[in-house]
Amino acid sequence: MASGTLVIGEVTEGGKLNPVVPELIGIGSRLGVPVTVALLGSGVEGLAQEAAAFGASKVIVVDDAILKEYQGDSYVPIAVRIAREVDPAVILMGQTMMGRDMAPRLAQRLGTAVAMDCVSFEIQGDKLLAERPCYGGSARARYTINGTPQIATVRAKAQEPAERDDSRQAEIVKQPAGVGEGDVRTRIVERRKEKAEGVRLEDAKVVVSGGRGLGGPEGFKPLEELAEVLGGAVGASRAVCDLGWYPVANQVGLTGKVVTPDLYIAVGISGASQHMAGISSVKNIVAINKDGDASIFKSSRFAVVGDWKEIVAAFTEKVRQLKASG
Amino acid sequence: MPHIICLAKQVPDPETPASQFRVDEAAKKVLPAPGIQPVPSQFDTIGVEAALRIKDKQPDTVITILSLGPDSFRDTIKHCLAMGADEGVHINDPAVNDADHWATAEILAAAIKKLEPFDLIIAGRQAVDWDMGIVGSTIAEILGIPVVTIAKDIQHNDGRVTVERVLLDGFETVEAPTPAVVTVSNELGEPRYPQLRQIMLAAKKEVKPWTLGDIGIAAPDKRITLEALFVPETKVETEFIEGDTPQEKAEKLATRLREAKLI
Repeated sequence: MASGTLVIGEVTEGGKLNPVVPELIGIGSRLGVPVTVALLGSGVEGLAQEAAAFGASKVIVVDDAILKEYQGDSYVPIAVRIAREVDPAVILMGQTMMGRDMAPRLAQRLGTAVAMDCVSFEIQGDKLLAERPCYGGSARARYTINGTPQIATVRAKAQEPAERDDSRQAEIVKQPAGVGEGDVRTRIVERRKEKAEGVRLEDAKVVVSGGRGLGGPEGFKPLEELAEVLGGAVGASRAVCDLGWYPVANQVGLTGKVVTPDLYIAVGISGASQHMAGISSVKNIVAINKDGDASIFKSSRFAVVGDWKEIVAAFTEKVRQLKASG
Repeated sequence: MPHIICLAKQVPDPETPASQFRVDEAAKKVLPAPGIQPVPSQFDTIGVEAALRIKDKQPDTVITILSLGPDSFRDTIKHCLAMGADEGVHINDPAVNDADHWATAEILAAAIKKLEPFDLIIAGRQAVDWDMGIVGSTIAEILGIPVVTIAKDIQHNDGRVTVERVLLDGFETVEAPTPAVVTVSNELGEPRYPQLRQIMLAAKKEVKPWTLGDIGIAAPDKRITLEALFVPETKVETEFIEGDTPQEKAEKLATRLREAKLI
């Protein structure tokens, strides 16, 4: 009978364990042990012990040059094979670019369903009850999956990571890829990075974000200045990224990045639910908007109504003074 | 003559003000907001835009809009035809009014088989109601064809599709043989808005009404159960920073944030 949790691990471009993996192991440890982690990639073998330290009791490593970059056609069949062999009750993946692409295909090949972008879980009888935002964040839905395994992708930083204990040991098993070039119908022609200077949005303690209310791309200059003074990063709403005012890589929201800074300063952002989905776990939102009825104020701890240009300029100056005086 | 099938769904207007967004928790349904019409799911019209850009370069391309839903979905198909698509297929069968994502994919895949031959299936990366992002990839799996997700650009040439995908910190260009499924994201750009003349032309374009019987498929089993639907409570007490001048407000804000140890 199917039991335990299979976590499909993920490795960052820099060759590190994706921070969502310890979060998935943490959920798995609460939902159903044993937790098995599958690690697919190229040069990933060294990360198996790390997965063990976070609490995996078994790590299946598939380390092959063909897995250097994620491609559904190479990753999905391997995940299917491992899922059949492990026979878990639950499969968890991150709601990452890989998870979004891979989970629906994995579910179809296993003849089951997946709840995407979940933020919390409960056990209801022998079923997993998965909660996820929908309607762009305006509503929450709870799902159970009728068949087995029950698959879910999990939003980054929605759950606490498992604690690391380097004394933990796991059974580490190496498996061949079993897929060749001929199995991969897609071909990556080119990959290019969009600028990644300064503090990464996902890691920033402070994020200063701009929306359509800035009036134009030049509005981001003062925000960048403020972010620099605060040691933070700059984000943007989907509307302004679509308008080409700011790079897509800085987009915060349902179709962009999920951020979890201690302080989020939203400038000229009305608070469309699609944007709020990217900051749903931020406790301290400051909203600066000329419209006193802007919906973002409802989720904000501090609200300032007025002309953003003057407020941001004076605010940056004051923060500078405060920082200088310690 | 290239044939592109675009999937289109109708959804409650995502611009509905939060104050008018209501859920019937017992029925587990979103209640239509009074006076606000449902709209085509935006990622789907972006998909139609992607198809039209291909047709702009290769005018003999035929674009079919395929939709599964109740009577009102006809408006969504008509909107896509008015954008410039050629024909519509409306699968409308009370037996599957509450199909889940997998049942939807099974039915659409069966309909697509009837619409063969085709070169591309274009879908939105996700529907803007449930935000799951399942149907496009699942159809590719059912049909056994390649899928490339979250595209910002699609080029189609001689049995090959070249897709620019959106990644977390950049982009990648992926090639696949056709027929293939591509799902599109907002980075592709704004969908064109129908002009009056096109709306009139669209009135003459055919929308085939199909039932499950026409496709030769029984209502598929559901794989997922919606147990609850609700509007999450937001328990934030908002402190409005008052002041006579922007400077005064800004300074107060900085002081309050310092007191709260946030800066």
